[in-house]
Amino acid sequence: MAVQQNSEIRYLAPIAVDIKKKKYCRFKKSGIKYIDYKDGSFLLKFVNEQGKILPRRITGTSVKYQRKVAKAIKRARHLAIMPYVADLLK
Amino acid sequence: MQRQYETVFIMTPVLSEEQMKEAVSKFQDYLKKKGAEIVYEDHWGLRKMAYPIQKKSTGFYHLIEFRADTQLVKDMELEMKRDERIIRFLTVALDKHAIAYNEKRRRQKEEEKQAAKEEKQAAKEEKEAK
Repeated sequence: MAVQQNSEIRYLAPIAVDIKKKKYCRFKKSGIKYIDYKDGSFLLKFVNEQGKILPRRITGTSVKYQRKVAKAIKRARHLAIMPYVADLLK
Repeated sequence: MQRQYETVFIMTPVLSEEQMKEAVSKFQDYLKKKGAEIVYEDHWGLRKMAYPIQKKSTGFYHLIEFRADTQLVKDMELEMKRDERIIRFLTVALDKHAIAYNEKRRRQKEEEKQAAKEEKQAAKEEKEAK
């Protein structure tokens, strides 16, 4: 029996190494200058299931537009377009 | 100083169609009388609200976009506060990006309308040809 001793360890399937996808600001990328507070379905992308605003580190939005997103969501909440608190929003 | 504003207000769903129209026209007249120029108006109709306000879960939404003096907004909001038909309102000053965005949206809407009309026309013609 020939034992291969100095060969590297081999795997049957390539191990999954997470390649980090670079996050980007979707507003900067697509050139959106104004975030509409009346568009509830769009703003839904920036809240979690409880209706909380998602942090920048998750959505990748730049500071400038995160402020605008936050403002738009707060306005939408005031007009009952979005809920302040929710359960299973998505 | 003149600025462009946008007001969205919610009326109680207990109003009849006429009462609701009357409430809307009251504020249109109010704005016009005070020298504001109404740029655009949109009636969203009866909409379900995300949470109940004054124990009501639906409301009539109406949007008015207008150009007016800064002082007028305060007066109008006071007037809205006093009006018990209105359960919620929000006035936003529009910057240049917002104005551009609104105009773009309006154009898109118009084009859609136009396209729908043309489609209808085409369908009609097709029917007649048959």
